[in-house]
Amino acid sequence: MTYLTLSITLIFVLIPLLLSKTLRLGLERDTIVATVRSIIQLLAVGFILKFVFDSESLFYIFLMVTLMIVVATHNAQRKGASIKGIAWKVGLTLVSIEVLTQSILLGFQITPPTAQYIISISGMVIGNSMVLAILFLNRFTSEVEDHQDQTELVLSLGGTPKQAIHSQLIKSIKASMIPTIESQKTVGLVQLPGMMSGQIIAGADPIQAVQFQLLIMFLLLTTAAVTSVMLGFLSYPTLFNDRMQLLKNR
Amino acid sequence: MIERYKPAIHFNDVTYSIDDNVILKNITGSFPEGKITTLVGPSGAGKTTLLKLCNHLISADSGEIYIKDKLIANYEPVELRKLVGMALQSAPMAEGTVLENLNLPLALQGKKLNQADAEELLEDVGLGKEFLHRSSKELSGGQRQKVSIARTLVNRPQVLLLDEITSSLDRASLLEIEELISKINQKYGTTIIWITHNLQQALTIGNYTWVMMNGALIETGESSLLESPVNEKVRRFVKGEEE
Repeated sequence: MTYLTLSITLIFVLIPLLLSKTLRLGLERDTIVATVRSIIQLLAVGFILKFVFDSESLFYIFLMVTLMIVVATHNAQRKGASIKGIAWKVGLTLVSIEVLTQSILLGFQITPPTAQYIISISGMVIGNSMVLAILFLNRFTSEVEDHQDQTELVLSLGGTPKQAIHSQLIKSIKASMIPTIESQKTVGLVQLPGMMSGQIIAGADPIQAVQFQLLIMFLLLTTAAVTSVMLGFLSYPTLFNDRMQLLKNR
Repeated sequence: MIERYKPAIHFNDVTYSIDDNVILKNITGSFPEGKITTLVGPSGAGKTTLLKLCNHLISADSGEIYIKDKLIANYEPVELRKLVGMALQSAPMAEGTVLENLNLPLALQGKKLNQADAEELLEDVGLGKEFLHRSSKELSGGQRQKVSIARTLVNRPQVLLLDEITSSLDRASLLEIEELISKINQKYGTTIIWITHNLQQALTIGNYTWVMMNGALIETGESSLLESPVNEKVRRFVKGEEE
């Protein structure tokens, strides 16, 4: 695709702008900002990726993955600001998932140890993990607030913090995992995954594209499960003190 | 008058606050062992906070609380909460049946309540054994409160804290609960500390009464103090002039 044809695709930005203006939705500014940001960010990433892929340097791969984790951590931790030390908990979760998934992929030689594969897959894993972390933290903080009486009930009957928060923790883990599982149930029937479509458009064999998509989907299942479970078990102890009391200033 | 009895719980200059908001200030007093003490006062007086301190769901910022002559901080939290049970105003139910709710205190310790004990507990609170397998969601307000009290009794607490357990009940259920609490007090010698907004209830069921306002303990003594209060603030409160 040339830059000229790419610029024609801006028609797809003009349509929502016109609708927003006509219906007074007030989304014109946000739409323009989002468009400009996505152009700058993606082009910049494209040039950086080209540089890193060409260099095949382990250092640059490491740097890229680290940057992804830092940005994702920064983004996700804002949703759990009420949980003490949430930044390092999210960071540790993302690092663990990255290490786990890449160890399996590279260890079993499922994917080659090249920048092209490591960075692309890391981006998907870390990005999904970040979304999962946000979903989990959103749900968990509201579950804790809304069901404080349930937590105190179990504590008052002689339960431990883990027992007191168990129901809220399980509900939050399930709630954050459900979108991943549900979207996989309808994949191919309702929507074609973006990555697979991209590969097919780029001329790849559809069966190869499907195989790779399946790999990514299975990876994202692990990502979903590990993110919410790990973050949950790292987070809940900070809600209590050593006297088994729910902290008043959480 | 209260000092004649051995205290089950004693507060010594206890203060509790959240951020800069003082909830309880300089509370000193005792709850006599084996007696029913009613706790009255306007909303926001700090009554529920005081109960939570007794169950060690929260800790005082300053001062000491003694449970059975032992400093509260020297108890293991689990041991203390089995000794001092608490029934909440909202009577929160765990998901599942009445039996599962009754079993909860033992399940937390990895044990199981047997059928006969569960039936006896239900009988104690005036519910038939047909309730055992009923979903907790199907219970009326009064039935929930009874199950909540029975569940608290599973740990055989020596002190029972009751937080406005009859506030949303009809008159018949209210009388049943009052009778039940008196029975528990007499049968097991359980010390009862009961928050109520119902001054008539505080007077008739209580042996002793604490009157609290704005986080302070205004007056304590035999519950008959509510009939002829000495303190002007208490007199106005009893007459309904101070809410």
